[in-house]
Amino acid sequence: MDFTFSEDQLLFQESVRDFLVNEITPDKIRQLWETDSGRSDELWQQLAELGLTGLTVPEDFGGLGMNELDFVLLAQEAGYVALSEPLVNSVLVATPLLSECGNSAIAEQWLPKIASGEARAVVGLAVNKLVEDAHCADLLLLEKDGAIYAVEAANASLRANESVDPGRKLFAVDFDPAAAVCLADGDTAQALLNKALNRGALGVAAQSLGLAQRMIDLSVQYTSERKQFGVAIGSFQAVKHHMANIAYKLEYAKTPVYRAAYDIANDTPRAELSVSHAKLAACEVADLAAKNSIQVHGAMGYTWEVDLHIFMKRAWAFNSSYGTAGFHKNRVAAALLADNAALGAGATF
Amino acid sequence: MKLEYTAEHQAFREEVRSWLKANVPAEPLKSFDTEEGFQQHREWEAKLYEGRWGMITWPEEMGGRGADLMQWLIFEEEYYAASAPLRVNQNGIFLLGPTLMEYGTEEQKKRFLNGMATGKDIWCQGWSEPNAGSDMAAIRSRADLSEDGSHYIINGQKTWSTRAVWADWCFGMFRTDPESERHRGLTFILVPLDSEGITVRPIPQLDGLPGFAEIFFDNVKVPVDCRLGGEGEGWSVAMATAGFERGLMLRSPARFQETAKRLVELYKANQETADEDPSIREAVLRAYMDAEAYCLTTYQTACRLMQGGKIGAEASTNKIFWSELDQQMHATALKILEIRGELLPESPDAGDVGRWLDGWLFAQSGPIYAGTNEIQRNIIAERMLGMPRK
Ligand SMILES: Cc1cc2nc3c(=O)[nH]c(=O)nc-3n(C[C@H](O)[C@H](O)[C@H](O)COP(=O)(O)OP(=O)(O)OC[C@H]3O[C@@H](n4cnc5c(N)ncnc54)[C@H](O)[C@@H]3O)c2cc1C
Repeated sequence: MDFTFSEDQLLFQESVRDFLVNEITPDKIRQLWETDSGRSDELWQQLAELGLTGLTVPEDFGGLGMNELDFVLLAQEAGYVALSEPLVNSVLVATPLLSECGNSAIAEQWLPKIASGEARAVVGLAVNKLVEDAHCADLLLLEKDGAIYAVEAANASLRANESVDPGRKLFAVDFDPAAAVCLADGDTAQALLNKALNRGALGVAAQSLGLAQRMIDLSVQYTSERKQFGVAIGSFQAVKHHMANIAYKLEYAKTPVYRAAYDIANDTPRAELSVSHAKLAACEVADLAAKNSIQVHGAMGYTWEVDLHIFMKRAWAFNSSYGTAGFHKNRVAAALLADNAALGAGATF
Repeated sequence: MKLEYTAEHQAFREEVRSWLKANVPAEPLKSFDTEEGFQQHREWEAKLYEGRWGMITWPEEMGGRGADLMQWLIFEEEYYAASAPLRVNQNGIFLLGPTLMEYGTEEQKKRFLNGMATGKDIWCQGWSEPNAGSDMAAIRSRADLSEDGSHYIINGQKTWSTRAVWADWCFGMFRTDPESERHRGLTFILVPLDSEGITVRPIPQLDGLPGFAEIFFDNVKVPVDCRLGGEGEGWSVAMATAGFERGLMLRSPARFQETAKRLVELYKANQETADEDPSIREAVLRAYMDAEAYCLTTYQTACRLMQGGKIGAEASTNKIFWSELDQQMHATALKILEIRGELLPESPDAGDVGRWLDGWLFAQSGPIYAGTNEIQRNIIAERMLGMPRK
């Protein structure tokens, strides 16, 4: 039994954190909001050079051949800076789907380009209704009527939607199945789609941990500087307890997320339950972080100018991404109420 | 990361399980807040000791097994799954024992550890006083060194001392320097409760049983070799004890996972009526997930500690989490039991209401004892997050 990350995993996290915190500053985020695509080719190339776009691409195709557990801490860091490039979905959802879909021609054609950063692939699952980042994708993997299609960008027609989070780009996508490659249908497709959903939910959960931490950090900093009644407002107990409530819940949301990453990486029978628990716990703490953080910022928190809303809005958007809370609760309930459910002391591992 | 037990751990689990199966009393013991129950639990401690299952993390030469934290967690899982008796001796073996091993003289270890291990000496804690609750540094009970330096003379009052009614010894903090303020000038002293000048006055708890007591000290003479650590060093010795308490030993996840399991079963058995209030299903799911999360985080902490890490202020997160979880689970059970939720188990119409009401009453104290949850929140904000003190 070892519930810790390896030295290598922690070092990788540290170097990615340094890069992201330096590059994806709130100023940079605001600049990107003003551009048409909201995405940066230059940044994507840098992420590729760090090995991130190819993290889960098999080594034969020029990637690092790593898994979900290797990536979960990095996804957390992506959440910490509210990264808008489609990295997490590419690494966790699109790449594994391409690798596992059984169509080697498509895999050979696209995976090396994904690893090198030359191409971006996105996935459109029915649960999400809209497709994130379809506008900057070269390849779209789309669910339609229970089947999965590979659609090249030229063959997809997009209708753009605006999100409350200016960093999220969401599209209704239409395509003609005749002009697309069907990667899987029937039970095979169902199994692949379910895995894609689990991986997407893991990505959202991990990023939510980072978002919660970022909101704590911003709020602690703000309340240590802002003075009222002659003292820093962070010295007031009501303010402290708002923060402490996020912090203690965060400690108990992290481990379910790490366990879910482990379960997915090792394809354990418990993976689905683990992921739903992780998603619920992580989104809940990010939500609480948003609620308590805006409160301790006072009117400042209600402005466009103060950076808090960058992270708050991402947290709100994540709530219903890759399965609503209701969806995940139903999955937990189904597992718990099953006749053979493993419950009680000693049943966790 | 590898979330699997080793073959040795599995074998250890089997060993614990089979011993418990053969030895856990078929009839549940009486509450240890009754005289008879206290005695029964003391005997159970002796039995655990004989099997070398009393305090497995202690070194072998002290009657333990030198078990690591992982084995301890496994032991606890089996212990709760077997519905084995609560530990009347926990103040001794989980709190004072480790403190003695760290701060005690060889002489003191020889003298106290064995009696603690066998259940011969049951210990109670004497921190709180009428005017020193959350503010423990306000302790005023005095211990004055006799002129010849051979003993302390203790005067004052301790209160809320759990299991003091039938306990044999009390450990706690007393002010040895009358001029001192706050954390300074306090000394950690071990006091035999049969000393002359001691009066123990039982205090009935919410369930009506005397689970704790006030202890009055009237010129009580205690030899200086009952001092643990140096004179005036009481605060740091006490913090070590509180550290063990808040850390891993006080409430292992197994306890809450078993409660969560019983709650799921209760819900399943009463689903039709329970679902009339949709918040009940929600609360049952939450109970399961939170108990699971508590287990996961505890395992993570144990693994970190086994690799040489330390517990810091984040230990305060654990106290809040389990005590709120415990309240929430019991509140949900009482809702499911509907009108029977208020009935004492021995009432003629109570049916199988079981221990839920008892558990609910006790759950009310979780956010209060071992440092209130407000104090824990202060610690998290100031020490973990670095928020300004003033
Ligand atoms: C079941 C049980 C068993 C116990 N066993 C023992 C024992 O064996 N030995 C022992 O010595 N003691 C024991 N205690 C006592 C326990 O340690 C104290 O109850 C606890 O420290 C709180 O002190 P108090 O009761 O005086 O409450 P107070 O300190 O008066 O607190 C009352 C309320 O005020 C809040 N408050 C106080 N100070 C602050 C602050 N700075 N910031 C925010 N809020 C604050 C508290 O959080 C609480 O909500 C036990 C208590 C219980 C309930």
